Amino acid sequence: MRYMMLVCCDPEIEMTPEAQTAMQGEMEVWLSDVNGRGVRGLGSVLAPIIDATTVRVRAGEVVIADGPFAETKEFIAGFDILDCADLDEAMEIAGKHPMARFGAIELRPFREG
Amino acid sequence: MSDDATSRAVEAAFTEEWGRIVASLIGRTGDWDLAEECAQQAFAEALKRWPRDGVPSRPGAWLTTVARNRAVDRLRHERMRAEKLRRVAADVARSEPVEEIDDDDSGIKDDRLRLMFTCCHPALALEARVALTLRALAGLTTTEIAHAFFVPEATMAKRLVRAKHKIAHAGIPYRVPPAELLPERTSGMLAVLYLLFNEGYAASAGEDLVRVDLCREAIRLVRALGMLMPDEPEATGLLALMLFQHSRRAARVDGDGELVTLEGQDRSRWDRAEIGEAVALLDRALRHDRAGAYQLQAAIAACHATATAPQDTDWAKIAALYERLLDVMPQPLVRLNRAVAVAMAGTPADGLAVVDELTASGALAGYHLLHATRADLLRRLGRASEAAAAYRAALACDPSAAERRYLERRLAALTH
Repeated sequence: MRYMMLVCCDPEIEMTPEAQTAMQGEMEVWLSDVNGRGVRGLGSVLAPIIDATTVRVRAGEVVIADGPFAETKEFIAGFDILDCADLDEAMEIAGKHPMARFGAIELRPFREG
Repeated sequence: MSDDATSRAVEAAFTEEWGRIVASLIGRTGDWDLAEECAQQAFAEALKRWPRDGVPSRPGAWLTTVARNRAVDRLRHERMRAEKLRRVAADVARSEPVEEIDDDDSGIKDDRLRLMFTCCHPALALEARVALTLRALAGLTTTEIAHAFFVPEATMAKRLVRAKHKIAHAGIPYRVPPAELLPERTSGMLAVLYLLFNEGYAASAGEDLVRVDLCREAIRLVRALGMLMPDEPEATGLLALMLFQHSRRAARVDGDGELVTLEGQDRSRWDRAEIGEAVALLDRALRHDRAGAYQLQAAIAACHATATAPQDTDWAKIAALYERLLDVMPQPLVRLNRAVAVAMAGTPADGLAVVDELTASGALAGYHLLHATRADLLRRLGRASEAAAAYRAALACDPSAAERRYLERRLAALTH
């Protein structure tokens, strides 16, 4: 079962440099766990939303907007493609992601079949 | 056999076997709708054939076989489902002739437990967990469940469809969770069943005849769970707790439909048989020496249930039990209840000290029972004007109509 794991951040959370370093370490632990298990496919941290571009076509016209598609303050900071036995395994992996404690992790199953 | 006796036999088989049949069909096909429809058809078949042919000696085995055959027919009809067909057909071929199937086959029991855990999966919305449990395990119809929760039938139908869709498409596993997830998932499942019970209990003061007896369904499901998980004392504890509460159902509402407090209830109307069963269950659960929240709450309920009159209540024991309950359930409401027990065991001033601590913490600030409890203790200490202010604070928290009348009576008695 494949899932898109969206790592969502709340920009209002401020982290001290120490906390950021600690988070880096935890990220590495998380990565080596999921990579070791072979459940993670592609995945990456994304550039900040100020670098996002949104494209829409309205009435035949391409409309380009600077910024992300959703106007919520939370934003998607990164993603991972997981291939897990079931939702329980995906939930376990998401629960161990360091961002789960500060932001939120959304698990979206691939539509298959 | 008379038609009446036959329909009673079908009804009894429904109560006993519905969840088992649905669970085993889901286990074999993974198709929830198919499982429910085939189970329904098997019962319809029984209603037609049992009056003519007599009730089979093992109704459950008979129904299971009919339901499985229906599933095979249906899947054969829909050729797209070739893989599922192979699995069910292999199953039917392996099974013994109808009368020989062992309905105590542990595989079937495990299916039911699997189904319970799947219905209560935390990735489903709480209301969906409750509805699915009632549909798949208790066999209530969508209409009945909609009535029970006062929502339009279409809303409930959509809720059930969505939940089943998510189970299929999000990869929610159909299994008893592995050891590392089991404690957490079990307590989640017990919470769903207790919520179901409370939903029925809270409403039982009303006059809604359409409303199915959710309390009875909840008790039935927890009873089944207790048999499936005999080493889980909290399941037994929850069953005991429900039975203690249920035993008071006839006494908790007076002739005018008003709620009667525990103190004011006519104890001769308590169901002694249920209390006896609950006491025995609680004893059995406590022997595991792993007292959790449900066992402790049941132990508190037992103190009330076994007191012949309100003044015989062992409040010191209740206060001690609340103290232990706070360790596993550190919630303000538990602290408030403990305050009442402390006041009853000692003096109103002892209780007031606990309430004042709770008030100072700011928890439950908008909760009428915090103010009402405080008011009651102040009144008993003779501090009338402070008590009146607390009653007014309770009334300002928008209590239910019955509680409002009670508080207004108390306030009037103080100020006149």
